[in-house]
Amino acid sequence: MSTVFIAFQTNEETRPIIEAIVEDNPHARVNEAPAMVKIDADGRLIVKRSSIEERLGREFDLQELHVNLISLSGNIEEDEDQFVLVWKN
Amino acid sequence: MAVAAIREYSFTPLDLEEKFHGNRLLYVGWEDHLMFCAPFAFPLPSSMTFRDLVEKVLPPVYGYHPDFARIDWAAVQWFKSGQPWQPQWDESLEKNGLRHKDVIRFRTPGLTGLQGSCS
Amino acid sequence: MDMQVAKKKLGLKEKYQVMTRDLNWTPTYQKMEDIYPYVHYEGIKIHDWDRWEDPFRLTMDAYWKYQAEKEKKLYAIIDAYAQNNGHLNVTDARYINTVKLFLTGVSPLEYMAHRGFAHVGRAFPGPGPRVACLMQSLDEMRHFQTQVHAISNYNKYYNGFHDFRQWHDRVWYLSVPKSFFDDAITAGPFEFMVAIGFSFEYVLTNLLFVPFVSGAAYNGDMGTMAYGFSAQSDEARHMTLGLEVIKFILEQDPDNLPIVQRWIDKWTWRGYRVLTLVAMMMDYMLPKRTMSWKEAWEIYFEENGGALFRDLSRYGIRMPKCAETIRFEKDHLSHQAWCTFYNYTAATAFHTWIPTEDEMQWLSAKYPDSFDKYYRPRWEFWREQAAKGNRFYNTTLPMLCQTCQIPMLFTEPGDPTKICYRETDYKGMKYHFCSDHCKEIFEHEPEKYVQAWLPVHQIYQGNCFPEGTDPSAEGFDPLKAVLQWYNVVHGRDNLDFDGSEDQRNFAAWRAQATRNV
Repeated sequence: MSTVFIAFQTNEETRPIIEAIVEDNPHARVNEAPAMVKIDADGRLIVKRSSIEERLGREFDLQELHVNLISLSGNIEEDEDQFVLVWKN
Repeated sequence: MAVAAIREYSFTPLDLEEKFHGNRLLYVGWEDHLMFCAPFAFPLPSSMTFRDLVEKVLPPVYGYHPDFARIDWAAVQWFKSGQPWQPQWDESLEKNGLRHKDVIRFRTPGLTGLQGSCS
Repeated sequence: MDMQVAKKKLGLKEKYQVMTRDLNWTPTYQKMEDIYPYVHYEGIKIHDWDRWEDPFRLTMDAYWKYQAEKEKKLYAIIDAYAQNNGHLNVTDARYINTVKLFLTGVSPLEYMAHRGFAHVGRAFPGPGPRVACLMQSLDEMRHFQTQVHAISNYNKYYNGFHDFRQWHDRVWYLSVPKSFFDDAITAGPFEFMVAIGFSFEYVLTNLLFVPFVSGAAYNGDMGTMAYGFSAQSDEARHMTLGLEVIKFILEQDPDNLPIVQRWIDKWTWRGYRVLTLVAMMMDYMLPKRTMSWKEAWEIYFEENGGALFRDLSRYGIRMPKCAETIRFEKDHLSHQAWCTFYNYTAATAFHTWIPTEDEMQWLSAKYPDSFDKYYRPRWEFWREQAAKGNRFYNTTLPMLCQTCQIPMLFTEPGDPTKICYRETDYKGMKYHFCSDHCKEIFEHEPEKYVQAWLPVHQIYQGNCFPEGTDPSAEGFDPLKAVLQWYNVVHGRDNLDFDGSEDQRNFAAWRAQATRNV
């Protein structure tokens, strides 16, 4: 199966985001590299706004992800509530 | 096949022989000795003899390699554009059929570089 | 009197519709083909520009907001780095040479990308891709500016940073990235998008930025980490644009498939050849390494690229043809490249060195099938000779590939002991190539590549000496004249790291930072 991934800078802003992704994607694998965290997942990876807001204790706009995003791989399906990476095969 | 273009597209090549001040380019590679990272480009007069190429031009270029002094030139195999080829040592590059931007290589049987690594 | 009505906040999709699509209009005074003269000649058929999907649905107002935030973060770090003499915290001053290569090799391409996306954005009749290209054009300008600011910081302390703009046009190894981008920017708008937006951004930039920038952080270079990751934060959007372009073009007309496939084959190869420099940065130039070039290739190309091309197979797209050749090269690329710079260190604006014994052990472990067999003997011989005061300098100019402009240093696929030679005749002249792929690219558009400004040939034509130089004068030293023309100072900017001014300065400054002297 094809792997999708998303990578963020390692900092205080991304810590709750990464925690939320890990919880919402039990099949995801977290790879820590110097200054960055790369999360791989088979087939599909979901980032949920509500899970991030729960940790942050404030409203979160998913477009804020861009600020600390390093890279990603997969087709993107985005709306206000979730950001999904997926390979269609 | 030509370039897809909005109007006619044709240009003079940048490397015509007449741009090289009376010289022509000859490329030379020594097989199995990749310590010299790539073949060399030489601008040479077409009247130069092949012997001068081997005896005057090449030694300062390749002489650093311990194998160079051990070459038995009578046994060397020559290639032009990858095909076996026999140079006439006392004829000019021109008479040897070497045109602008031709590439020749030589293989030195028995010599395969530093510790046989083709370096 | 009007009643104030609470405005309903627009959803992401509606907002995108209003702020992007609704800004477009159909012209009535002028003909479409006069306004958009470049959309047809490449043979790509587009029937409905409204089918364009922008998955991020980013609008200009949100764009400015997030970009401003990125800039604030970036410059806070850059300032702190400069204020705190952060450059003295890098592992070892050899490391700075990777930054020299990056900032002189890649940064000018950011500027070219800015121009390229502005140009193609203007050329597309659809508002979706036009806005996306506009944003990318602004991003690229931002990357270029932040990198120039980074250059200015390093330039206060180290050699090899003082003339990046001129070097981009003149220096032999920088003609490789320059000619790559010049090739893209002189193509039509669709080819440019496939070349840069897809093949480079989507398929290859992870290899350029991710392991290298993470490597910068690992080596204590907060400055490079900051501008590198800040640039990379725009990259996800660029990659998405690149992928969207491919899908959009392929969905529009079945006739587009062979054209797009040829571009993917061409540009994956062209981009990969440029990354030769990155391969040697990762394996030889970073004092502390996060992963080998080969490992990075396996993760970011074979694994991720594999997934990508499997996904695109539903459109009929297959893996780029060159993948097979690259599979053979991954054990050899970095070694062959660093050996080349060791050969020609006299003509570079950065320093070279022989890997230490520890580093050679690391290379043996990472490259069990190639390093000890083919490359270690070279390094050991050179080390032995250098210790005797007989350092190897290659002073004869190499033969170059007509397409990628790299010296012909690459070996036959499957035989690392034989240089790969390919040639073709065109209008009575011979042209030479490093590979089947570079040859095929030439043969498809020979008129384009006969114009190539090959540094070696230009030097021999006498075009690379300072004005007034007489190459026929007694005792003329071509290397010296070429370096003057480059504005590279012999004995200071070039040659070995050992014995360099950079090495001495770094040692002295670091000593000052840790002791009272």
